[in-house]
Amino acid sequence: MPKFAQNLIWIAIGVFGAACLGGIALHRGETINAFWFIAAAFGIYAVAYRLYAGWICAKVLTLDPSRATPALRINDGRDYVPTHRWITFGHHFAAIAGAGPLVGPTLAAQFGYLPGTLWLLTGAVIGGCVQDMVVLWASTRRDGRTLGQMARDELGPIAGGAALVGTLLIMVLIVAVLGLVVVNAMKHSPWGTFTVAMTIPIAILVGIYMRNIRPGRVLEGSLIGLFLLLAATAGGGWVAHHPVLGPMFNFEGTTLALLVIGYGFFAAIMPVWLLLAPRDYISTFIKIGAILLLAFAVVILRPELHMPALTQFTDGTGPVVAGGLYPFLFITIACGAVSGFHALISSGTTPKLIMSERDLRLVGYGSMAMESFVGVMALIAACVLDPGVYFAINSSAGIVGSTLEQATATISGWGFPVTAEHMTELAREMGETTLLARTGGAPSLAVGMAQIFAGAFGQSMLALWYHFAIMFEALFILTAVDAGTRVGRFMLQDLLGNIWKPLGNTSSQMSTIICSALFVASWGYFLYIGVIDPYGGINILWPLFGISNQMLAAIALAIVTTILVKKDKARYAWVPGLPMVFLAVTTTYASWLKLFDADPRVGFLAGANALEAKLQAGTLTGAALESAPHIIFNQRLDAGLTVFFIIVLWVTIIEMARISLRHLQGKPVPPLSETPYVDEATLPHPTGVGGH
Amino acid sequence: MMAGPASFLKTAWTVLREVSGDAAYENYLTRHRERHPDQPALDREAFYLSELDRRWSGINRCC
Repeated sequence: MPKFAQNLIWIAIGVFGAACLGGIALHRGETINAFWFIAAAFGIYAVAYRLYAGWICAKVLTLDPSRATPALRINDGRDYVPTHRWITFGHHFAAIAGAGPLVGPTLAAQFGYLPGTLWLLTGAVIGGCVQDMVVLWASTRRDGRTLGQMARDELGPIAGGAALVGTLLIMVLIVAVLGLVVVNAMKHSPWGTFTVAMTIPIAILVGIYMRNIRPGRVLEGSLIGLFLLLAATAGGGWVAHHPVLGPMFNFEGTTLALLVIGYGFFAAIMPVWLLLAPRDYISTFIKIGAILLLAFAVVILRPELHMPALTQFTDGTGPVVAGGLYPFLFITIACGAVSGFHALISSGTTPKLIMSERDLRLVGYGSMAMESFVGVMALIAACVLDPGVYFAINSSAGIVGSTLEQATATISGWGFPVTAEHMTELAREMGETTLLARTGGAPSLAVGMAQIFAGAFGQSMLALWYHFAIMFEALFILTAVDAGTRVGRFMLQDLLGNIWKPLGNTSSQMSTIICSALFVASWGYFLYIGVIDPYGGINILWPLFGISNQMLAAIALAIVTTILVKKDKARYAWVPGLPMVFLAVTTTYASWLKLFDADPRVGFLAGANALEAKLQAGTLTGAALESAPHIIFNQRLDAGLTVFFIIVLWVTIIEMARISLRHLQGKPVPPLSETPYVDEATLPHPTGVGGH
Repeated sequence: MMAGPASFLKTAWTVLREVSGDAAYENYLTRHRERHPDQPALDREAFYLSELDRRWSGINRCC
């Protein structure tokens, strides 16, 4: 096709996507169809991938297909394996996509559908996708070194240490907040709890199958696990209604929190083959299946959205996440727009599979665009709900009141009509006793998906759809809890080994138990406080997690910006530099508000002081009185943690500026650690996975 | 390459086996015979365990 015609097609796609986005922004009807969101997203990702990512690859990164990648050069058949780009894409996407892009957009739906959509699209194409691709490029040119190692090599030990400690803390917060999402979905839900509990024996069974019965046959094992899990999901309904078994799986949030903490510890010290690996295999299948189902629900069934474009909560009074649109939208939606954690996946594992530098755009930029699309779909599913129902599920008792009548009256008073009868009926349809105050996003996404499917397949399956959705979210969250604890343990061993040598020995039983216990205690603490918090815990933990994740993204972008400057490409430094500045300013401003805002729901210190005043005035009773001292301490600890995050962030940015300036002035800086050029043609032909 | 649904299914099956890691042992054997024909190869179970150990020693899952 002539170049001119090709360009014309891309221009047409771009204009179409922009027109759909314009349609979404200007639409002021009662409802809006999901089609406009899907079309806008596809148009924007396609054009950004073709033009912006293409330009970055050619001009900024100067990708060279003749340059042998580490997978080709080292090709040890284990870590370094040249792999076909679509298979690498599959691995990479399965690694980056989890519960994050489902939860964040659901919480951000409180602002209306428009802010979340705009941020998911622009954040991804200018920030998140760029970060993932450029970090992947930098690591591929360094034999797959990790982000922390690259920070140390390129910026020196100060930035290296900052990146390492920042990563460890973000792990603690991720596991805690994801644990909280699961606990909130399971509390007083015998069906949900039974299904989630069954994933443990099923995973162990599959683990034994994959190791002892049919070693390494992971497809067979996963299929058996999948079948058993679906049976457990269906059987959960029977268990929940059973007079003896039902109450056995009906737990308080605090009990569930302790169970999750205990589970996390044992999962971390058990051999990988027994629980972690088989669970991950099943979870990955379910994850892809769930995303395809969500795509079917949103793309094929194209539901109507009932949430307004903007709600009054852009002013900062929102019941789901406190704080104004700027900066808190950009903190609430991390995964799906920009997620610093991806930089850890893009450095380390994935670069060792890259067969040609030509593949970096698909694997780095493409996978993130796909994750962003998952975020858009989750946002749509949340906005499909009646706004009144959405707020009833996602608002904590501390804000709307703990009885059904109080809660529905408060929410109706906001202009989102909902009745107690409707909520009771909805809970019954979903096979639950109550859906009130199930904060954390998973239950409302499950209700949204169940309703879309029920629209297509009839109402009789509502409860099953709902619990299927809860099960898959819980499944990959628990996988993240296991995997996160294991990695956290390794990092702690690495860190503490510097203080006392024997702790650094990863094969020592004692060191494993001590470091696992330490790490589990850290996230367990935040999880437990989150559960006893009458404001739902998510309100405190999610922004903290968002801040830490965006901080890590800014750090990753600062590292690659330095690399570009040192490669004498300072004129292109804005490509990672622009999102870096935006994220650094946004997280700093958000942290400032989290520290010093006078609104007790926004500011940690104001929150602690307000609660302390209530405690001293003697106005608290019951559970609120009991939990108050813990929550006061926790809020002050959170404030300290926020300060620490900001210090880590700005230390890295100052180091970036210092090293870049020195380089521009011609002064000595740590040398580029890029591996020397090797011509791909001089190497033996690859025989790796899917090699062509 | 043959055309039609049969070939499509075959490709899909190959991709599924590669992505899931089901084909990892066969790939290992092929490569091992090529590079180190003189050394004995790991058996299925030992290979599977060493693969898991390698894969779960670093960050390989995100939120």
